[in-house]
Amino acid sequence: MVTATKSTVEIDAMGLTHRQMNARLRELVADGSQHIILRNCYGQKYIGTNLNTSVEIEIHGTPGGALGSFMKGPRITVHGNAQDGTGNTMDEGLIVIHGHAGDITGLSARGGKIFIRDYVGYRNGIHMKEYKEKKPTIVIGSSSQDFLGEYMAGGVLVVLGLDLAEGEYHRANFVGTGMHGGVIYLRGKIHDYQLGKEVGVAELDENDWAILRPLIEEYADHFGADAEEIIGRGEFFKLYALSLRPYGRLYTV
Amino acid sequence: MRNLSAINNPYNDDKLMSACSIFGAMDTSGKPFSGKRVIDAIRNMHVRGNGLGGGFAIYGIYPKHPDHYAFHIMYMSNEAREKTESFLKERFHWDHVEEVPTFKARRISNPPKLWRYFLTVGSSKHESQSDDDYVVDRVMEINTRIEGAFVFSSGKNMGVFKGVGYPEDIAEHFGLEDYEGYLWTAHGRFPTNTQAWWGGAHPFSILDWTVVHNGEISSYGTNRRYLEERGYVCTMHTDTEVIIYAIDLLVRKHNLPMEIAAKVFAPPFWEHIKRMPDGEQELCRTLRQVYSGLLLNGPFTVIIAHNGEMIGLTDRIRLRPLTVGEKGSMLYLASEESAIRLIEPDLDKAWIPTGGQPVIGRLQSSDKVLQA
Repeated sequence: MVTATKSTVEIDAMGLTHRQMNARLRELVADGSQHIILRNCYGQKYIGTNLNTSVEIEIHGTPGGALGSFMKGPRITVHGNAQDGTGNTMDEGLIVIHGHAGDITGLSARGGKIFIRDYVGYRNGIHMKEYKEKKPTIVIGSSSQDFLGEYMAGGVLVVLGLDLAEGEYHRANFVGTGMHGGVIYLRGKIHDYQLGKEVGVAELDENDWAILRPLIEEYADHFGADAEEIIGRGEFFKLYALSLRPYGRLYTV
Repeated sequence: MRNLSAINNPYNDDKLMSACSIFGAMDTSGKPFSGKRVIDAIRNMHVRGNGLGGGFAIYGIYPKHPDHYAFHIMYMSNEAREKTESFLKERFHWDHVEEVPTFKARRISNPPKLWRYFLTVGSSKHESQSDDDYVVDRVMEINTRIEGAFVFSSGKNMGVFKGVGYPEDIAEHFGLEDYEGYLWTAHGRFPTNTQAWWGGAHPFSILDWTVVHNGEISSYGTNRRYLEERGYVCTMHTDTEVIIYAIDLLVRKHNLPMEIAAKVFAPPFWEHIKRMPDGEQELCRTLRQVYSGLLLNGPFTVIIAHNGEMIGLTDRIRLRPLTVGEKGSMLYLASEESAIRLIEPDLDKAWIPTGGQPVIGRLQSSDKVLQA
C-alpha cells in the first residue's frame, strides 16, 4: 500500500481507519519522508495530528473531522472540501483547502495558518488565541456562516467576501459574539445587528494593511486569484474586541 | 444505567469522537436502487456510533402491494405475536403476511422477530374517520396495550428495518443489499440519554413518515405533552419519537407544507423576526404562537422522509452537521461529505445548508414511482 521513494510517498487511504492512517503517517515522518500524498481519502479523522515536522501532506478526497489537530509544523493541502474541526488547537503549520470547510474551523488554534478557497460553516475561529509571536491566522475566500470568531481571544481572521455581489451584505449573524481579543478583517458590508455586542467596527489603518496585504497575496498565490483585484474591490472593515476582559467585573462587587 | 465505557471507548484513551451518523439518498426520478451503496455510506461513518443502534427506511420497497399499509412489527415473544395478530385480524383485511427474512450477522445477538403484514382498513373503522387516522390509532393501541409488540412502520410501499448493532450489521441481518427503493435513509446510533433497545433505534416512524436524528431534543417533555393531548402516545423511550408524531400532525393533519413545518421546528429568533418584511413577520410570529409546543429545542439534525419526499433540517444554530450532495437526479444528505463522496465521488454540487434551512428533495413527476 505504501509506494515510491524515501522523500515522496503515496498512500492509498481506501479502507484505512483513522488510527491506521495516522500511525502510518507518524512512521513515514519518523523515517524521513518529506512529502506524503494521500489518495482515496474518505473521512479519516485527525490527519496530521501529533506531527512535529514541516512534512508536506497532500490529500486527494475528503478528509474527516479535526484535520491537522494539534499539529506543529506540517503543511497540508486538501484537493477537495474539509469537514468539521479543521486545525483544532493547531500550533504551527499550514492548511490549504481547495474548496469549502465545515464548522469550527480553527477552533482554539494557537498558531499556524489556514487558507480556505471558498466558504466556511458555523463557529469558525471559535476561541482562537495568541501569545507573543504565536498568532493563528485563518483566511476565508468567500464568506462564513453564523458565529464567526465566537469567543475569539487572539489571532487574525480574514473574510474576503469574494462571493458577494457589489453592495451585498454578509449573511452571517452573531459575528464575534463573546470576542475578547484578536482581529477580524472583513471585506463586504455587514449590519451592526449581525455583530456580537462585544464587537467594535473600524476603518483599516496602515498597521492593519501591513498585516492584511501579505495575507491576501498569500491567498492569491495558493488559489490563483488576483490580489490587487481583491484589494481593489474595497469595503474592508476591521472588527475588534471592545474589551479584552469583558467578564472581568462579573464576579466582583 | 449500564456502564458503556467498554463499548464506547475500547482503546481506553480518554477520547470519544462519537455522535450519531445520518444518511439519506433519493433518486428524484423515482428510479429504485439497491441498498448496497447506502450501506457503504453509513458504514463509512462507523466511528460516529457505538453499535447500540442502527437502522434504515426504504421507500418504493413493496411495488407489488403499493396500496396496502405495510406493517413492520417487532415481537419480543410468540405470545405478543399471537395477541397482535388476533388484534389485527379483527380490524384489518389481510392480504399477505410473512416473517421478515433474516441472515446470520456478525455482532447481532438475540434479535427479536420482525414480521410484515400487508393490510387494508377493515369494516370496524367509523366512516367519518380517515384510513390514515384509523391506522395511527391502531398503531398506538398495539404499542401501548400489547406487551412485547412494537410497530416499526405502518406506511404504504415503505418499510423500516432497525435494531441494536452497527447499521452495517443491521443491514446484514436483514439482507438489505437485496432490497430496492428510490429513497433510503440510514442511521448509526450513539445513544446519549436513553437506553439502547431494538425499538429505540432509528428511524422512528408512523404511517409512511420516518425520521433519523442526530442530537437531542431538550424540549421532549413539552413536545410530548403537546402531542399526547392530540392522541399520540410516546412508547419508544427516546426523544426522537416526538419529531415523527409532530410531523404527522403538522403536515398530514394540519396540511402545512414542509417548509412551514420546518419553521415550526426551527423557528427564527424573535430578534430576526423583528426585522422581516411584514407578511413574513406575521407568519413567523403566528407559527411561534400557535405551535410553541412543537418548537424543537436543543441540538439536532434530522432527515425526515415520506413517500415522494426527503427533507434535511438542522436546528437554527446548527449544533449538529448536515451536508448535501447533488448528482443528476440524485440527492444525498449526510453527517459527513466523505460518506457521500465514497459512493458518488464526482458530485455536481456539494454544499452546507445554514441552520434551520430545510433541504427538500421531491419526486420530479407526479407521485408515481418507476418500476425496477
